[in-house]
Amino acid sequence: MSVLNPSPTGLQPITTHQSHEGPGNFITKYIFSTDHKIIAIQFLFTTLLMMIVGGALALAVRWQLAFPWESMPIVGPWLFAAEGGQISPEFYTMLFTMHATVMIFLVIIPILAGTFGNYLIPLMIGADDMAFPKLNMLSYWFMWPAIACFGMSFKYAGGPAAGWTSYPVLADLAQAAPGSGTAQTFWLLGVTFVGFSSMMGSINYMTTIINMRAPGMTFFRLPMTIWGLFITAILQAFALPVLTAGGFMQVADRLFGTCFFYPSGLVINNAAATVGGGQPLLWQHLFWFYSHPAVYIMLLPIMGMVSDMLSCMCRKPLFGYKPMVFSMSAIASLGFIVWGHHMFTSGMNPAVGMAFMVSTMMIALPSAIKTFNWTATIWGGKLEFNTVTLNCIAFLSMFIVGGLSGIFMAAVPVDVYFHDTYFIVAHFHYILFGATLFGVFAGIQFWFPKMFGRMMNEKLGKTHFVLTFIGANGTFFPMHFLGMQGMPRRYADPYLHGYLEHLLPMNQFMTLSAILMGAAQILLFINIFYSMFFGPKAGRNPWNATTLEWAAPSPPPHGNFDFVPMVYHGPNEYAVVNGDKDFLMQTEQECQPPRNITTSDTSV
Amino acid sequence: MGKGWCLFFLFWPVAAVVSCAAAPFIGWSFPYDNAQAASNLGIRIDHLFYLILAITAAVFIGTQAVLVYALWRSANNRDERAQHTHGNHKLELIWSIIPGAILLFLALYQMNLWADFRFKNHYPEAAVKDPLAEVTARQFEWRFRYPAIGKQLQPKPQPDDLYTVNELHVPFGKPVLIQLRSDDVQHSFFLPALRIKQDALPGLQIPVWFEANKPGVYDLVCAELCGWGHYKMKAHVIVEPEEEYQAYLKNLTQQQSYDGLGQIAANENGSESEAAEK
Repeated sequence: MSVLNPSPTGLQPITTHQSHEGPGNFITKYIFSTDHKIIAIQFLFTTLLMMIVGGALALAVRWQLAFPWESMPIVGPWLFAAEGGQISPEFYTMLFTMHATVMIFLVIIPILAGTFGNYLIPLMIGADDMAFPKLNMLSYWFMWPAIACFGMSFKYAGGPAAGWTSYPVLADLAQAAPGSGTAQTFWLLGVTFVGFSSMMGSINYMTTIINMRAPGMTFFRLPMTIWGLFITAILQAFALPVLTAGGFMQVADRLFGTCFFYPSGLVINNAAATVGGGQPLLWQHLFWFYSHPAVYIMLLPIMGMVSDMLSCMCRKPLFGYKPMVFSMSAIASLGFIVWGHHMFTSGMNPAVGMAFMVSTMMIALPSAIKTFNWTATIWGGKLEFNTVTLNCIAFLSMFIVGGLSGIFMAAVPVDVYFHDTYFIVAHFHYILFGATLFGVFAGIQFWFPKMFGRMMNEKLGKTHFVLTFIGANGTFFPMHFLGMQGMPRRYADPYLHGYLEHLLPMNQFMTLSAILMGAAQILLFINIFYSMFFGPKAGRNPWNATTLEWAAPSPPPHGNFDFVPMVYHGPNEYAVVNGDKDFLMQTEQECQPPRNITTSDTSV
Repeated sequence: MGKGWCLFFLFWPVAAVVSCAAAPFIGWSFPYDNAQAASNLGIRIDHLFYLILAITAAVFIGTQAVLVYALWRSANNRDERAQHTHGNHKLELIWSIIPGAILLFLALYQMNLWADFRFKNHYPEAAVKDPLAEVTARQFEWRFRYPAIGKQLQPKPQPDDLYTVNELHVPFGKPVLIQLRSDDVQHSFFLPALRIKQDALPGLQIPVWFEANKPGVYDLVCAELCGWGHYKMKAHVIVEPEEEYQAYLKNLTQQQSYDGLGQIAANENGSESEAAEK
């Protein structure tokens, strides 16, 4: 199908679905809304709020590592008056547990699936809403019991202290640690609620993308963003039930003494534990069967969004659309068979380790292909360095680091040394902060005009970007060196050990960088709230982009489109001559032949 | 303005490469003075690490350079329009096959090393026949149980077994095997100098072998979160010549079989070695 001959095949009428009423009063319009756009914005503000919480927890962790056992300025005496403002080792374990929990379950996953998924899926495929608007509303409101559970475990029950991985026996038996008590049960319930929320979301996204595409929107005309979100939804739908099942088993262990995850003969705190018969290894398999795919759940939507944004900012079609789709699918399917690489040192059969090593090595390949394709998209483009571009490039630059350090993890003998050291912490922060959050910043800036009808401030955006980029690299790059020197993670005071004594200055440098990075986020919040009310008004298509959402009014009304969207060709048709424009929207039928098409063109 | 941003994106990979290149010279590399593993297997692991480091460094420099150059070209594009291309099959095949081949090579290359490290049928026979000690991790200390001199380690504790806490003595130059277990929660036996790490799982007894190749006192730490005192599971592994090790065991036997009546001053000043000399 070339752009010149829009194919009539694959046309589908907009599927009718349970139509819902338009906005009524304030409560049905803005609070218990079934409109995907309002739900997306609810998700956006909730996750941004949670980002402040997660970031503050991270800063507290970093404070302890830079100035161990010293009172935290300002907040220390207020939070831990009993300990003289110090962070106690018990509290330290809760800090990093909750930092990870909040960031993963309440920030990154919901901001991607909840905010961008909800906002973009119906608009980009030309639908008027999600397939199940009420389920969609419920998926947002299930966030709150989760937040309540996490809050309860944090504040009223001593705080969960077993890490976000919740490894038994520490997390399974109340007497194993202060903080493994009721707090852990609340924590598990919180995870289960978040799980329900994501599950409802993913079912909704899959159904919507499969059934409700506009006429002409074939699968290979979907924007990459939608591909990313679609594959993520599939991953979630298949992997999440396993974690939920495991979570219920752990709750049963805790409340009814079922002993799925702990063996007999344990002696904890000089007291024999109850009967056993289980194995902690079982939990690790169940946990990572979800939580490794979860890494891709936190990355694939961003990969899709960055593909679309880069292509738009470079005014150039995405280099290799189909290979990009296939490598995403490859990442997703391989993502199911690499969970064991979290367990190379766990004592499982080493032969199994070998199989996981090969699959893990192979998952690096599609990621590499994607990186090359993005670079090739920039090559020969016509780039404007605005905030969106800068954040996308930061995504790419930091994703390369995170991807490459992943190869060390895949090599089992090397991983044995790096396992549970700061090298791992460096690796996943380069992916989750460096890649995902920079992608999120780009995405917020890019789709803000559609969401609120106003542009964000460029100067504030660029300052935020520069400070965040410097802070992020200053915080996370030295972690590689900490890992090299063998500093284990989750240590309240690594300097107790002779071979780690000299690491204090490095940790102090990292903490200062982290404070810079944290402070920079204030600019993001100022920018969002200022621009919401005072930013310059944006038209329908301020970026001269091609995908369907830019054909709708900004912000789109209830029901999204004021015309029936028809799709005539693939996304990302830039650098074509079309009147006086260099782009061709998916809804536009007529155009002149594209200039300077290369001979090896493999367009879809 | 574009040029400035290109330099901005050039600056940080340069800083990364420079700091990585300087790392071995300023003590940011593997632990202990000369950054060399204190076991033969550890040295092989280091080699694998450096091989991967060389490959990833080349890829890192290459991709970042191409990225910055692409940005530079793209920012200074004076054409009316960007290039219109949807991709290039040949190019994409090349950059799929080459990394694929490298990754496959790496995967196959390390299989032997992994087998020698962890496959039970690759363990040194002598070490398997006569395990050195049983290591029990518990909140928040390491306990060691040696068999009596001349006897073999039994799965169950024996009356004449020797016990120590947080100090493991090991002879160097020969492979030794320890039986790793945990009394309570999950721990991990991490000997950074020897590049050894193995989780201690409640309910399992996991054999771990290693061969220290130079004498020294090495830190033994816990690498798996085991509760609030995780960071303070501090122990030492003392690698010494065989005869010193035997002398240590004898000394330990003497101390632990002391019935309170003999000549030995019962550790009044707390020093084991002085007690042994008397």
